Amino acid sequence: MDFVFYLISAFAVGGALAAVLLKNLVHAALALTIAFFGLALLFLRLDAQFAGFAQILVYVGAVAILVVFAILLTKGSEVPREGVFSKSWFAGLAIAAGVFAVLARAVLQAAPSLPNQTAVPAVTVNDIGNALMSRYVLPLEIIAVLLTAALLGAVIVAMHEKERAKQ
Amino acid sequence: MTPLTGYLIVAALIFAIGLAGALTRRNAIMVLIGIELMLNAANLNLIAFWRYSPHPELLTGMMFAIFSIAVAAAEAAVGLGLVISIYRHAKTADVEQMNRMKG
Repeated sequence: MDFVFYLISAFAVGGALAAVLLKNLVHAALALTIAFFGLALLFLRLDAQFAGFAQILVYVGAVAILVVFAILLTKGSEVPREGVFSKSWFAGLAIAAGVFAVLARAVLQAAPSLPNQTAVPAVTVNDIGNALMSRYVLPLEIIAVLLTAALLGAVIVAMHEKERAKQ
Repeated sequence: MTPLTGYLIVAALIFAIGLAGALTRRNAIMVLIGIELMLNAANLNLIAFWRYSPHPELLTGMMFAIFSIAVAAAEAAVGLGLVISIYRHAKTADVEQMNRMKG
């Protein structure tokens, strides 16, 4: 536990809080990018360089841009008059607080029995590529099919149907 | 407090924030943002357990996190496509006004 960890954690948690609390959706999307970036820094701090840069490429580069596109296409940048939080916001907040209390209690109770390997893992990107192409080749292929199907499905779902619009 | 405990607490905090966002916001895009935060918190857990595990060279947690990032990207694309489709149909992205199953 050191200063850098607390700094990056505050960065990520602050970004997540701002993403959830900000009223303007474009501001919320920018705060979400900050949260993703903070999480990528936490991955780098955990000596997971590949996952950290994949996080920056996929989340900061693609998902955040996709969210901004969706906000602008749905005119979500205007703050609605009836407020941004639902009528049952208190119940949602109570459920989230309860979930955090349960998770934190479980983590703190299990703390003495958790693994505590301090040696830096000697894993290179080369090893990750070899593992992806040998032991994890079937999940990799399934992910490839899933991504193709999901992208085709997203295009078909969001595509404007002219015939139906005329009816 | 060991380093792993700190990462797990941060992940639990981000998960709770994402859950609160998904449960309390009206806009469907904000619900998706909350879900993305929850997925990211789970990834942080996986990477942290991989880093402090006795056998990190097996790459189990790392692979799980990488595949989870790929699935989350697919989920974001489909979810936002659905939001745009619903917005075009119902002229709203407010989940409290989406109360009809029939189009």
